Formats: sequence, C-alpha cells, structure tokens
Amino acid sequence: MAVKVRRREFLAGAAGAAVTASLAFPAIAQPKPVRIGLLTVKTGPLAAGGIQMEQGTIRFLKDRNHNLAGRKVELVVADTGGNPAGTKTKTQELVERDNVDMIFGPLAAFELLAITDYTAQAKMPVLSLAAAEDMTQRRPNPYFVRASGTSAQYMHPLADYAAKELKFKRVITIADDFAFGHEQMAGFQRVFEDAGGRVVKKLWPPLVTPDYTPYIAQIGGVDAVVQGFAGSNPLKFMKQYQDQGLKLPVLGGGPAGDEALLKSYGDEAVGMISVSAYTGDLDTPSNKRLIDGMVKDYGNIPGLYSAGLYINGMVAEAALEKTGGKTDDREAFNRALRSVSLVDTPRGPFTFDHFGNVVGTFYIRRTERKGDKLVNTTIKTYPKVSQFWTYDEKWFLAQPVYSRDYPPLKS
Amino acid sequence: MRRLALAAALAILGTVPWWIGGTYYINIASQILFYAIFALGVNVLAGYAGLVSLGHAGLFGIAAYAGARIMNDGHGQLVVAAGALGVTLLVSAAFAVLALRGTGLGFVMITVALGQIVWGVAYRWISITNGDNGIAIRGRPSPLGLSLTTPASFYWATFVVFLLAVGSMAVFVASPFGASVRGTRDQPLRMNALGYHVWMIRFLAFLFSGFWSGVAGLLYLYYNQFVSPQAVALTASAEALLMVIAGGTATLLGPIAGAALVVVVKNVASAYIERWNFVLGAIFVVIVVFMPEGLVPGTVRRWRRALAALRPRPTAAG
Repeated sequence: MAVKVRRREFLAGAAGAAVTASLAFPAIAQPKPVRIGLLTVKTGPLAAGGIQMEQGTIRFLKDRNHNLAGRKVELVVADTGGNPAGTKTKTQELVERDNVDMIFGPLAAFELLAITDYTAQAKMPVLSLAAAEDMTQRRPNPYFVRASGTSAQYMHPLADYAAKELKFKRVITIADDFAFGHEQMAGFQRVFEDAGGRVVKKLWPPLVTPDYTPYIAQIGGVDAVVQGFAGSNPLKFMKQYQDQGLKLPVLGGGPAGDEALLKSYGDEAVGMISVSAYTGDLDTPSNKRLIDGMVKDYGNIPGLYSAGLYINGMVAEAALEKTGGKTDDREAFNRALRSVSLVDTPRGPFTFDHFGNVVGTFYIRRTERKGDKLVNTTIKTYPKVSQFWTYDEKWFLAQPVYSRDYPPLKS
Repeated sequence: MRRLALAAALAILGTVPWWIGGTYYINIASQILFYAIFALGVNVLAGYAGLVSLGHAGLFGIAAYAGARIMNDGHGQLVVAAGALGVTLLVSAAFAVLALRGTGLGFVMITVALGQIVWGVAYRWISITNGDNGIAIRGRPSPLGLSLTTPASFYWATFVVFLLAVGSMAVFVASPFGASVRGTRDQPLRMNALGYHVWMIRFLAFLFSGFWSGVAGLLYLYYNQFVSPQAVALTASAEALLMVIAGGTATLLGPIAGAALVVVVKNVASAYIERWNFVLGAIFVVIVVFMPEGLVPGTVRRWRRALAALRPRPTAAG
C-alpha cells in the first residue's frame, strides 16, 4: 500500500516515480525475474474478453508457481481501454518503463495493428490472440507469435465441413461489420465456393446494433446461415433468430460458440455448429488442469480468451526452456518462441509456420444440452490446419487480403 | 514577477527530457502537449465563442487521416503537413457553414452529427481509410534535417509547436478580434446592432479552432504513427471538451491543465488503479463541486482567498 500511495504522488511530480519503482522491487540475490507484460482491456465494451485473458494468464502462472524454466515470473497487467492510442501508450509503458521480456495480448486486431511497428522496432516478442490476417501474411512482424489462429483460419475448416459433410449448397452469411467479421466470412466463402457451395448473400449489421430483425428478415431460401459475431453479439443474434421463428441450421465462428458464452445461452443455441481452436471437451491433461483451475478460482469454465492466454503461457515456457531461461538475447528468444512445438495443450498439438502463426488442430462442435447445461461436443477435428488452408502459400499471398468485398459475391 | 514565473515555466517544460526520468514519461509529456494544443483549439469555440462543439475529434482525425494518406502516397513532409492542414481547414469551413446555422443546443447537435459522419467515413469507406484496421505510416518526419524518432527530439518539436499555439492564443485573446469573439458570446444581439458581422466572427473563430485541432491531429499521427476510427469517435470529442471544462473554459492555461489531468489519469494512474475511469469521473465531480469555473481559475480564486485570510485583519477593537 505504501508503494501505491507514493506512486500516486506521480500526479504531482513525476521525478519521484523512478526512485519508488526501484524501491518496489528490492534486489534479491538470484537471477532477475522474467517479466511478462499483459496488454488487455479491463474497461469499456471489450472488457469481458479482456478480463478472461487476465484470468487465463494468472491461472497459468499459478499452475507453474510463478516459475518458468527456473526463473521467477512477474506479471505486469496494463489496461489499454480498448483503443489504439491507449494501447500504444501502454505498450510503451511495458517496454520502456517496466522492461518486460515479452508481451501477451492485445485483444483486438486494431490494437495490435497500432503497435506492431513499434514492437518490431523494439524487438519485443508479442504473443497475441488478435486475429488480423495480415499480421502473419502480407505485413508480417518478425517478433509476433500467434498460437490461436487468423480470422479465416477458423472458418476454412468450417466451410469444408459445411460443404463436404453437411452437404450444404447455398448459405447466407451474417457478421459484425468490422475487419474481423469481414475476414471470417471471406475465408468461409473462398473454401465453401471452392468446394462447390455458394454464398448467396452477405449481411453486415453494425457492430453496435440493438436489433437484428431487419437483417434476419432477409434470411431465407438457403440451406444454412453462417454467423460470425463476436463479443456478446452472438447471444443477441441467436435469441432474435429464434424469436423470429427461423429454423435454418446455424453455423458459427470461434467467438459464436465460445465456451465462456454457453452459460448465457438458452435453448436457442442448441444444435448450432461452431468451429474453434479451443474446445472444452478436449481430453488432455493440461485442458483438464485448466478447466479445474478456472472453475475453482473464478467459478467459470474457460473459453477462447482464457484458454488462449493459458496456451500463450505454455509457449513462453517452452521457449524459455529452450534458451535455458535466458531472455537477454531477444533474437534467440524470439527464434525459440517460433520453434516451439507442443503436444499436450488445452488446444491439442501445434507448431508455428515461418510467419509465427499457428499450425494446429481446429474443432467442429455441436452445441448440445446436457442436463441443465449447454456443452459443445466435438464432431470432427481438423489437425494441422495452416492459415493458408490447403492453398499454395505463394498463391494465397498474391491474392488481396480477405475483406468485406473480397472474394466478391458471384452473380 | 509574472515574467519570472513565465521564464521558470518555460525552463521547466523545455528541459523535461532531462529530469523526468525515462523515455516513457517523456512520451507522456509529449502527449500532454499535443492534447493541450487540441484542447486550446476546442477552447476557442467552447470557451471564448460560447459554441460547444462535440465534433472536433472529426477535425483532429481528418488531419491525421489526410496526413497519413498523403504520406503513404510518397509525398515529402512539407506537402504532408500543408496538405493535412489545408484539408482540415477546408473541412472546418464546411463544418462551420453547417453548424453555425444554430447556436446553443442546435450547434452541439449539428457538430455531433458532423463528427459522426467523419467517424462513419473512417470506419466504412474502407478503400480510403482502411476501415477499423486503420492506417499506419512509416516513421516520423525530420524537419530541417532533425530526426524526430527519439522521444526527446519529438518532445522538443511538439514543445515548439505548443509554444506557437499558446502564443497564437495569447495574441488572439488580447486582439480586437478576440474581444469581438467574446462579444458574440456574451451579447450577440448587441454586437449585431453595433455593426459587427456576428456570423463571420464565429466562422473565423471556427477556422482558427479547426486549424489548431488539425495541428494536434497531425502531431497525434506523427506520435502514434497510426490512426484508426477510434481517434475520431464521439468519445474523443467529449474527452477534449472535458479537458477544457475541467481546466477552465475561456482561460489560456485551463485547457493545458485539463489535458495534463486527463492524459495523466488515463495513462499513468490507470497502471495503478484498476477503476481509473471512476477516478477520472470522481475528479471531475470534485472539480464541478468545488471549482465550477474549472481547475485553473478555481485554484487562483482559492489561492487569493487563502492569501487574504492570512493577511492581518483590522481588529474590531481598533
């Protein structure tokens, strides 16, 4: 407490802060701790996911007793407020003042894009869940590692499943009108149409809309609806979809069927088929440990955000083990991060490609009611999915980045 | 005495990078300066002209977006700065023509709408603005061959622009034009009867305000090397207005103090206090309750009263 009060005197005079900062962490005669900076969102509309990110990170560090590869670990959490300028400032704080060795986060793609040039200049390894395609494609950052997946990486297998297993021919897509929604649906469209299907209409409700009725009214004459909503929007959409009496099957992206949302869904979600990089019913020892720990500490089962950060922790741990706990040589540590290959993780086995993006398993799940709870049951797994799906990397990168209008609708 | 204080303030601000301890704090200081320029710009309208604008982040953002676009088209820094400010002035003029059809609440609502249009364009006209992924630029400019890549050099460059802004505000306030702007705020009808062109005075004040908002926007772009729709959102406009109101409207130092307060609470206090929004809100409530005129004039008033209380009073017996 004394430290806190003294630090707040910064408001009056900044000079003292440097002194108190060094008082706060007295020198102990052992190797200095590894410092992990977590960029997350704890205030504003994105806070739900951001707080889960923090919980996943803390849960992981508890599991390891705040000790990775023989070094103590310190976590510095920074709230970006969910806007790019705030993220930039907080990143500078972590890099220049707190001297962190690596950064976990940020949450949103636009936050990540605001700091990517800066972190690359600072040679700061960044392990993020943000799904922006070009971060590991046309605008790669050599110090970026993504163990979750790109927006479209989730949707490629879902489209494959929809066309080949469910034999759907025609679908309508509906997603939030921002880059994440656009990239998801574009990825779905490419694979679905290459497998002989057809996306007949793409609907884009604004990110913040109270009412999906006018959009849902445009749905009909197809085999299924693909929704790519994020945040709490999947809940709102599914509820209104049911209220309007639509019976068409619904396919959903990663956030739509997220485990962390299941407790907020009612029967409207039963039967929804979704794709994810993380699924609660994966039977690995680390997933069991994660779920038990999260239920014990927070009373909630983990979802994409908390599991994603737990997995980031495992990646950092594996890299530290490779370098013998050293982080001073950033280049070497970064190389170690990207060469991590894990088998027992909450999302199953994965490796990284040369862009630092995950090549790993993706799960197709059906949401079912078991007793008084909803659960996701895995119905198909796609192992070793790359961000380029089955396409040739060179060809893929020569195409424009997935967007609202690319690929265009076939008329 | 005043000159001494001014010289001391200049010396303290001019040497920030040497004593503040750490590049992180230098960067915070740079942010305070360009947000102060923005708040000074907003203050021209909200304070002196009595026209509360909730769309100024639009002008701020247009300068940043225009600068980013022109820079990414491969033009030199002079073209970037001139182009960005030129575009901002043009848009300010258009905004002014539309918004000055009303005063009071009408003016507020029109500026909100205009600001939201800019936000909509930034968010949805993806071929120009790259949507919510924003536009990144490569590096900061190097005027006169001086590189601005280090935090300290960027701070000094911002400081020079800041001094120009404060100087221009001081000249503006003292000038007959400044007096006529205040006149249109307090007695528009009488000003009209006296033969002043009230609309034109307000229009010019709007341009002056828009210009400095644009300068701040350009510095924001150079600082972050990135701009995205959040920079032009309604909350950004509201924040600028809060800086002005918290610091003291229609004062020279008020917006600067307000900008410092908001930037420090947002960026520094938030590292220690999870509910920093609450702290910011509480500070505003305290300001409104105890110093409704704003931080700077309120402190001056309380300081004078404290001094007066210290002075020996003539005793009743005497």
